[in-house]
Amino acid sequence: MALLRFAVFRFLTMLATLVVVSVLVFLIITLPPGDYLSNQINELRATGQSAGIAKAEFLRAEYSLDQPLYKQYLIWAGFMPGPHGFAGLLQGEFGWSFEFDKPVADLVGGALWMTVLVNLAAVLFIYAVALPLGILAAAKSKTWVDYTSAFVGYLGLATPNFLLALILFYYGNRYLNLPIGGLMDPQYEGQPMSFGKMKSVLIHLIIPTFVIGTSGAAAMMQRLRANLLDELGKPYVETARAKGMSEPRMLTKYPLRVAFNPFVADIGTLLPSLISGSVLVSVVLGLQTIGPLLLTALKSQDLFLSAFVLMFVALLTLIGTLVSDLLLALLDPRIRFGGRER
Amino acid sequence: MSMQPDGRYVDQAPYDPEAAAEARSAELDMSNARLLWLRFKEHKLGLISGAFLLLAYLSLPFAGFFAPYSPNERLEDYIYAPPQMVHFMHEGTFVGPHVYPTVAEMDLETFSWKYVQDTETPAMLEFFCEGSDYKLAGLIPSNTHLFCAPEGATLFLFGADRLGRDVFSRIFYGAQLSLTVGLVGITVSFVIGIVLGSIAGYFGGFLDWIINRVIEVLRSLPELPLWLALSAAVPSHWGPVSVFFIISIILGILDWPGLARAVRSKFLSLREEEFVKAAEMMGAKPSRVIKKHLLPNFLSHLIASATLSIPAMILGETALSFLGLGLRAPAVSWGVMLNDAQNLASIEIYPWTAIPMLPIVIVVLAFNFFGDGLRDAMDPNRS
Repeated sequence: MALLRFAVFRFLTMLATLVVVSVLVFLIITLPPGDYLSNQINELRATGQSAGIAKAEFLRAEYSLDQPLYKQYLIWAGFMPGPHGFAGLLQGEFGWSFEFDKPVADLVGGALWMTVLVNLAAVLFIYAVALPLGILAAAKSKTWVDYTSAFVGYLGLATPNFLLALILFYYGNRYLNLPIGGLMDPQYEGQPMSFGKMKSVLIHLIIPTFVIGTSGAAAMMQRLRANLLDELGKPYVETARAKGMSEPRMLTKYPLRVAFNPFVADIGTLLPSLISGSVLVSVVLGLQTIGPLLLTALKSQDLFLSAFVLMFVALLTLIGTLVSDLLLALLDPRIRFGGRER
Repeated sequence: MSMQPDGRYVDQAPYDPEAAAEARSAELDMSNARLLWLRFKEHKLGLISGAFLLLAYLSLPFAGFFAPYSPNERLEDYIYAPPQMVHFMHEGTFVGPHVYPTVAEMDLETFSWKYVQDTETPAMLEFFCEGSDYKLAGLIPSNTHLFCAPEGATLFLFGADRLGRDVFSRIFYGAQLSLTVGLVGITVSFVIGIVLGSIAGYFGGFLDWIINRVIEVLRSLPELPLWLALSAAVPSHWGPVSVFFIISIILGILDWPGLARAVRSKFLSLREEEFVKAAEMMGAKPSRVIKKHLLPNFLSHLIASATLSIPAMILGETALSFLGLGLRAPAVSWGVMLNDAQNLASIEIYPWTAIPMLPIVIVVLAFNFFGDGLRDAMDPNRS
């Protein structure tokens, strides 16, 4: 019951945060002087094309961009109906991309799933790598295993993601025959999901996952190692050893369980940086996620497209944090009940 | 030292209680800075990294002196010229440091320029020679370089980029922006973090609630998309200097929540201490209590953790410039240079355009080690 209350509370906080974030996003995007349509209108005027001006003016009115800023926001977020039936985010209308001359919803469709897929793969990769390596580094601390993993971890933190991506692509293609660019073979694009398509996507995911996950895995590994080392110095470990428990069994049965907490909790802080990384890497590697869309949209001041992508990215992190918080509460009773005592 | 029959070791030198007490009190009498230094010295990697960083920052004003070319000097005949080796031996005899002149030839099969070395005539390097004009530390005009290209030859230690500019020289000039962007950013984040963190921690109540919510929101958002959105808002007609400052401020603006949180939690625990109560009862204003009594307690620790977030800013600037939303040409930074290495083709054909990555990796590593060492040295709970 306590868990349910906690979950409902966290969910409501998330919704409130989302509203604040939407204001922030809208403010940031409307910050630069001028907007796509007025730029376009000026350009068309300068070159003397009157045909396009009418369309641009129509779009301006349709999406109420001629209104004051707070009204623009309310209409875009869907708190207030637009003058010509434009309903806003809450009603599931994401607006019009002026740059691509298409509804935003059509434009981002598949990219949303790919973004989720890439980030999910990165999270799984981080767990799969950090868990065994972190335990190994702690159990064999101050040996070459520990030092090598620390060194590789530091290097992973220090190398810019995008360069790592390029270099791995180059060598991966040359020596392992891994495909370059994209998230699937061209013949599968727009096709329904099939076994062949899945395989193609998985192969294409190898390098992006590795690149996006490396720095996160390094950080998490160090964290797990430090936590485990703290636990390993405690008397109960000594007792277990003295009673003749085998080392691997002792390790996984007691200290690991205690050191496991941050493993789940960290995902909340890790996700923002993961998503940052995936945006950057997607641009460099040409993955069909929302990363490249965001960049073009921001460069051309395409209001609705960039606002939607930013909102989606924020939503993704918030949901990730929510899930990690709930998991943590499920895993550790101290957190479930600790909240009330304070 | 000798071993007793029961396996213990015993020092045979006579025990002098006074000397031992003196040694102990010497440590107690030491100034704080000296204690810090003694502890920091033990962290060898941190020490080396610190020395390296000091050297790197000290050399910034002298970029023009170390670089043989000026940053935007174009040698049109040497577009994408590969790196040249400095040789010492010519045909089996020692003649001193020299390079071989290269000549560009059009390869009519691949339609690309090929650079052929003329190994017959060694061109000796010149030292402390006169070359292109530059300003030392941006103030003193000079034209003396540590070494420059010999007459009739080029000196591209790290090759040339797509406009025929020397990558080696540009790395030195790029360091000026790439290394300072982190410092300016961290200053911004430090000031905002301390001010908001201390307000939240000291006054508590509604202000605390508001600041805490802001921190939570900012921490839950991915940084890069926000950086991108903010830097996309920088007007395109601004000069390089204003762009540099606004980019560093943008980098700092999203970094403060972590710091503010640390400050706040320290304040919450220190606020209840007796010395704070005493100061308040003697009529000290909140600003004085914060500045004189609270902040000095953990400022050094804050500085250490701030050092650890400088590399994130350096990487952030690199990423922004790389994507074309950060610093723009004619400004030179490592990220701007890496813009050239943006696609696979250039990595494959002109791998030296990715060389600026090396200083980035080294500097970021150095900051990490240095910060680790500093934090360890300042940790009051250390045994």
